[in-house]
Amino acid sequence: MDFTRFMNKFNEIERQLSPTSALRLSFDNISPETEEPPEGNKRLWGVPVPPFVSEKVVSWIEEEFNEAPIYYNGNCVLKKVENVRMIDRYNTKNPTVGTLYLTATHLIFVEPDSNKETWILHMHIANIEKLPLSTTGSPLLIRCKTFLSVTFVIPKDSECHDVYTSLIKLFQPVSINKLYCFNYQPAKDDFPQNAGWDYFKLDAEFKRLRVPNDIWTLCTMNEKYDLCDTYPRQIYVPQEATKLMLISSSRFRSKGRLPALTYLHANKASICRCSQPLSGFSARCLEDEQMLEAIRKTNPNTDYMYVVDTRPRINAIANRAAGKGYENEAFYENIKFHFLGIENIHVQRASLQKVLEACEQKTPTMSGFLNALESSGWLKHIRSVLGTSSFIANAVDKGVSVVVHCSDGWDRTAQVCSLASLMLDPYYRTIKGFQALIEKDWLAFGHKFSERCGHIQTEAREVSPIFTQFLDCTWQLMSQRSDAFEFNERFLLILHDHVHSCQFGTFVGNCEKDRLDLKLAERTYSLWGFMSNHLNEYINPLYKPVMDELIKANLAPQCIKFWRGMYSRFESGIHPREPLGDVLLDSKEHCNSLEDHVQHLTKRIASFKNYISKSAKKLQDATTTKPSKETVSNEIIDNKYNYDKKLSELSAADDDHPLKANNMSFANLSLNSEQTASPNGLTDEITAVAVDWKPMRNVTACSCSTPFDQFSKKTHCWRCGEIFCERCIDKSMALPGQDSGKAVPVCRSCFRTMQKNSP
Amino acid sequence: MEFADLIKTPKLDGVLLYLPDHDNQQATVEGTLCITGHHLLLSARQENTQELWLLHKNIDCVEKKPRLMQNIVTGGIITLKCKDLRIISLEIRYAKEFFNVSSSLEALSAIQNVELEYPFFYRPMYAILEDGYTMFRPELEFGKLISGVGAPSSPNVAAINVCTPSTSTTAAAGSGSGGMIGIPHPLQNGFTMDAAAAVTGGNIPVCEWRITNCNKDFSVCATYGAMLIVPKAITDEQIALSASFRDGGRFPVLSYRHENGATLMRSAQPLSIQGIKRCRADEAILNLVLGRSKKGFIVDTWGKGKSNTETDQHYSQWKKVNRAIGNVSSPASILDSFGKLIDACNDISCTTDKWLSRLENSGWLNLVLNSLNASCVVAQCLDQEGSPVLVHGAKGLDSTLIVTSLVQIILNPDCRTVRGLQALIEREWIQAGHPFASRHRYSCYTPHQTRNKNSGATFVLFLDCIYQLYTQFPCSFEFSTQLLILLFEHSYFSQYGTFLCDSERERHELRVHTRTTSLWSYLNRPDVLQTLLNPLYEPNANVIWPSVAPISLELWSELYLRWVIDQRNIATTMAQIQELVTREKELRTQAIKLRKQALELSQEVLALKNDKDV
Repeated sequence: MDFTRFMNKFNEIERQLSPTSALRLSFDNISPETEEPPEGNKRLWGVPVPPFVSEKVVSWIEEEFNEAPIYYNGNCVLKKVENVRMIDRYNTKNPTVGTLYLTATHLIFVEPDSNKETWILHMHIANIEKLPLSTTGSPLLIRCKTFLSVTFVIPKDSECHDVYTSLIKLFQPVSINKLYCFNYQPAKDDFPQNAGWDYFKLDAEFKRLRVPNDIWTLCTMNEKYDLCDTYPRQIYVPQEATKLMLISSSRFRSKGRLPALTYLHANKASICRCSQPLSGFSARCLEDEQMLEAIRKTNPNTDYMYVVDTRPRINAIANRAAGKGYENEAFYENIKFHFLGIENIHVQRASLQKVLEACEQKTPTMSGFLNALESSGWLKHIRSVLGTSSFIANAVDKGVSVVVHCSDGWDRTAQVCSLASLMLDPYYRTIKGFQALIEKDWLAFGHKFSERCGHIQTEAREVSPIFTQFLDCTWQLMSQRSDAFEFNERFLLILHDHVHSCQFGTFVGNCEKDRLDLKLAERTYSLWGFMSNHLNEYINPLYKPVMDELIKANLAPQCIKFWRGMYSRFESGIHPREPLGDVLLDSKEHCNSLEDHVQHLTKRIASFKNYISKSAKKLQDATTTKPSKETVSNEIIDNKYNYDKKLSELSAADDDHPLKANNMSFANLSLNSEQTASPNGLTDEITAVAVDWKPMRNVTACSCSTPFDQFSKKTHCWRCGEIFCERCIDKSMALPGQDSGKAVPVCRSCFRTMQKNSP
Repeated sequence: MEFADLIKTPKLDGVLLYLPDHDNQQATVEGTLCITGHHLLLSARQENTQELWLLHKNIDCVEKKPRLMQNIVTGGIITLKCKDLRIISLEIRYAKEFFNVSSSLEALSAIQNVELEYPFFYRPMYAILEDGYTMFRPELEFGKLISGVGAPSSPNVAAINVCTPSTSTTAAAGSGSGGMIGIPHPLQNGFTMDAAAAVTGGNIPVCEWRITNCNKDFSVCATYGAMLIVPKAITDEQIALSASFRDGGRFPVLSYRHENGATLMRSAQPLSIQGIKRCRADEAILNLVLGRSKKGFIVDTWGKGKSNTETDQHYSQWKKVNRAIGNVSSPASILDSFGKLIDACNDISCTTDKWLSRLENSGWLNLVLNSLNASCVVAQCLDQEGSPVLVHGAKGLDSTLIVTSLVQIILNPDCRTVRGLQALIEREWIQAGHPFASRHRYSCYTPHQTRNKNSGATFVLFLDCIYQLYTQFPCSFEFSTQLLILLFEHSYFSQYGTFLCDSERERHELRVHTRTTSLWSYLNRPDVLQTLLNPLYEPNANVIWPSVAPISLELWSELYLRWVIDQRNIATTMAQIQELVTREKELRTQAIKLRKQALELSQEVLALKNDKDV
C-alpha cells in the first residue's frame, strides 16, 4: 500500500473522528485506560463511529482498506513485528524479546514479560543502520538525538527491510510542513492550542531591561524584515544611530545582521550582537564604524568597549579571503578587540560524535574512557564557550560594553550572549527567565534549528550540537552553583528533547519570520504551554533566589565535568542508584503538601476555638457571669496562638526558603467564619491528605506493574502517599484537607473515591 | 632527646605566610611564627585574622628556597607540603632564622620515635563519655560476626545464640582468656552457630567457629591481633602450621559472615618453602570453611603470576579468581598513583586535554574501579552463590583489606553507619595489622626516591571507594563525606592514638591504649557526631550493588581539590538539604499534632452544638 497516501487519508479521517476514538497521538505516554466510545449507528471495523463522520468517509475507508488497522495504545500501527530482540549496550548477553510496533509517529517496543515499553519518536531518530545479518536475524541499529542507541534484531530480513524503509521515509521529512508538530494533538483537555504562544514577547523582555529609554530606542525599520530577515521585527539600537548608519551597517555585515542590543545591565553596560563585517582585505564602512561608536557611547561610564570575535583568529583571517572577516582595528576607535577561539560547528559536531563513541566503547576501561573523552575535545570546547561567556559577563559586570560576533552571528554568538546574560542576571536563572532567554537569543535573533538539529533533510555538514552545548554549559554552571537556578536537570533534558522532537512548533523554523510564515502559533502547540503544566517537575529543590549576583564560572579544567545525565542517560545501569534530585524534589513536594495541610488545620482549630469561646460567652451572658472571666479565657487562647506563632517563626528563623512566603500566616485566619467551625467533615479532611509518603527506595514498579527505571518520574499521590508512574497519576484535584484549594496530583483510585464522596 | 634541642628558633616575628586560596590567588598573613614540640603556629596576633596551627606530623616535605643578594643568603621561602594536601609557604627575612626554622621543621617532622608523637602528650579537654579503645573489643565484635545478629551499634550482644561448650577441650586456648579482658564472656568458650544458620535458611553449609588466643603473645603472627576467629575444629597447633605456610604468618581468618551464612576469609599468600608447596593444616582450615558447600573461591588481589597461589590439586574445591587492583598492586605503586593524581589536581591552570591525560596517566581512578570490581565479585560469590571466599594478595596487608572491607560495606548495612564504619576500620584495618605508621610516614609530596618502600596510600584508596559508593547511594550512609575526610586526615596526623603504630603488637608494647586517647572517643561525642551525619540517611537493609562502569566514577574533588578550588558549593548544598529534610520532619510532626488537636476540639464543638440543640 502506498504509505503516504494512507497517511494523508488517515490524518484526514482522524481529524474528523472524535478525540475519544483510538487515535491520540502523543509523544507522552498515553493513558492505557480506554474510554467507552459514544454509541452510534455507523460502525467501522466493529467500532462505532461518531455521528458527524459522514457515511462517505466510512465507506471510503472500508473500500480502500480491507483490514482493520491494528492499534497499540491508541496509536494506529503500520507494522507489527513479533519476536524482536532488543539489545542495549549493557545487556548484550540477554536481549529482551518482545514486539515491535511501527506507528506513524513512534517506534514502540514492548516487552511482554516485564511490561516495559520503549518509545522512540521518529523525529528523535538521528540515523538508522542495517547491520550485517546475524544468526538470530537482521539487526537494525537506531541512534537517537536523545542519545538513546538501540539495536533491534528482527527475525526475518524482509521484515527488517520493511521497517527500515518505512523509518527512512518517516524519520526526517523533506518539507518543513511535514513535521510532527502539524499533526500533534495533546491528550484530551491537557492544554489549549494557544497556550504558551503569548507567554513571551520580545518587547516585554526589553521592557524588563528598561529598554527603550533615553539611550536605546526601538528601530522600526525591520517591521517587514527589510533590514535583516533573520532578525526579529523589533530591534533595539542606540538613540544616536541614524537611518543611514543602520542601513549601511546592515549592508556591511554578513546576512545583514547589524549590531543590535540583546542585554542591558543595570550599570548601563550592554551586550550587542551582530555578524562578521564584510571587510575582506581592505573594505571599510564609515557608518558601521559610527554605529559601533554610537554603541560605545551608550555607556558613559567607560571610554572603551570590547568587540569579542568568538572565533579563533586563524578562522577570522581565513574568512577575509571570502570577502568577510573582522573589524580592522585601525578604523574603529576606542575599541579593544578579542579573539576568543571557539571552534566552528564542524569541529563541534565531530567532537560530540567522538564523545558518543567514548560512551559506546564495547569493553570500557577507565583509561579507555578518559583517553576517548580527551581526544573528543568536548570538555575543551565546553570550557571555551564558558570561558568566552565569562569574559563577556565579567566585562559587563565591570561596566564595559561588549559587541559579540562570530561568522553569521547565530551559533557561537547565540551561545555566549545567552550564557553571559545567564551569569549576569538572576532572572534568567528562573524557569520563566530561562525560557525568555531562549526566546530572545535563540528564537528571535535566529538560530538554524531546522539544519542544526536536523529537523528536515539537510546537508550533514549543517548539523551541529550548538544548542546542546548551550544546555551543557548551563548544566556546568548549575553543578557549580546548585542553589542559583530555579530549574533542575530534568528541565534541561526536556528542553533538549523537545528542541529535537518538533512535537511543538516552538523550535520549528530558523527565525521569527519563518515562524510567522508557517503560522505556527495557529497551527501548532507551544512547548511553553506544555511545560507550564509540568512546572513542579522542573523545580530545583535547593534553589535560593539571590538577586543581583554575578555567578562566576570556575574554569579550571578540573571543574568542567562530563554530563553523564545527558549523553549516557539511557544507560540506566551507570547512574547513581539513589537519584538525589528526585529524592529532594519529592521532599519538597511533601513539604508543600504538609504546609498546605497545616495551614488548613490551623484555620480549623482557630475557628473551633472561636466557636467554643463564643458559646462560652453566650453561656456566660445567659447565666450573667462576670465578663472578666471570659476575657481571661480568650486571652489564654490568644496567648497560645502567639506562642505557637513564635515557635513557628523561630523554627523558620534563619530560613530563607523560597516557600517562606507561603508559610502559614495567622493574620489571614478568618476567625469568624461559621462555616469552618462545623466539625463535620474533619475526618474526611484528615484522611484526604497523606502525612507520610511512601519512601522512594525499593519501589521498582508502579501499581500498574510498569517497571521504574532511572529516568522515569515517580510521583506521590497527595491523598494516599503511594507512588505511581507518570501514566497512572494523570488526575489532579483539590483536596478538602488543603487550605489553598490547589489541584494536586492524586492517583486514579483516590480520584474515584473522592468523586464518590463529593456530591 | 629533647624537643628543645631541635627547636633553634622557637619564636620569630615578621614572618609572611602564603596560604593556598581559590581563584589562583594567595592569602597572605604577616605574623609571629612559633615552633613547639608538636606544632607550628603562625598568628597575626589580631582578632579575625587567619591563624595557622599545623602538626609537624602533617608536614610531608619541606622545600627551602633561599633568597640570595649578591651571593649572600638574606632569608628565603620555606614551602611546606602537607599530608592533608595543602601547600603553604613561609617567607623569612633573615638567613640564620631561615636555616634554623627549616632545619627544625625537617627534624621535627621526621622524628621516628613513636613515643614522642603528639598523641602521647595530648590530653583531651573534655570528659570521655565512651572510651573508643574498649568500644570495639575484638571479643564483642567477633561475637557479632559469628552470630550474625545484632547491629554493631546495639550494645546488647547477649542476643547471640550460644551453645554449651561441650567441645571446649578442643579449643585449646579457649579458656583463660576471660581474665585478660576483664569481663568474662560466654563466647570465649566455643560455640556453634547451628541455631543462627537454622534461622537464616538452614541449607547454607555450617562451619563452627571459635575465638582463639593462640596469638596472644604475637608469636604466631606478628601483624595479627591477639584474638582471632578460626574454625572450631582446628587446633592451635594446626594454626601454627598454617601460619608458617603463609606470608608473614597471616593464616586464613574469618573476616565477615554474610546473613546467608557464607563466609569471607582473608590471609596472606601461601609460601613455598624449600620446594614444599603444601600444608595440610592450611588445607584443613579451608576444607572446614567449605563445610557442605561444593565450592569456594580464592580471590587474588595481587595479579596473576605476581603472587604465590594455592595449588589446584590440593585445593581442588576452590576456584581461583584473579582480580588485581593495579598492574602493580604494591602499596608504593598505589602511592605513586596518588601522587600523580594530586599533582594533576594542583595544576588548575593547565589545559583540559592535559588535565584529562594526566588524570588518566595517574591511574588512580583505575585503581578505584578495580577495587570496586574485585569487591563486587567477592560480594557476589557470597551473596548470590552463597560460597565461601578467601581473599589474599601478597602480604595480605593492603589490597586484601580494601576488598574485604568494601565487601562488608556493600553487603552489610551496619557498616554504613558511623559506628559500623568505625568497627569495620578497627577490625579490618587496625587490628588486622595494616601498617598505618609505615604507610603514612610519607605521603604524595615526598619525592619518589626519598620515600621508603613501605609507604603507601592504600587507606586513601579505600576511602575513595567508599566515596564512590556514597555518590551512588547518597541516602544509604549514616555519615557524610566529612567523616571520610576526617578519617583521611587523622590517619596521617592526629592527636589521637588510634592510627599509631603498625600492628597490635606495637600498640600493645607501647601501651597506646592507656597512654593515648582514641579517635573514636572524640568522634562519638554527640556534638562532634552531629557534624558528620548525612541528612538524607534512611537505613537501607539491602545489598548496595554499585555501578562499576568507568563513566560512573567521580573524582573526589571535595578532598583532592579542596585547597585549590572552592568547594563551598558542596557545603551550601548539604546545608540546604539538611534544612529541607528538617523542615519536612517538622511539618510532619506539626501536622500530626494539629490533627489531634483539631479532632479534640471538634468533639468539644460537637458537644456544644448538641447542647444547644437540646
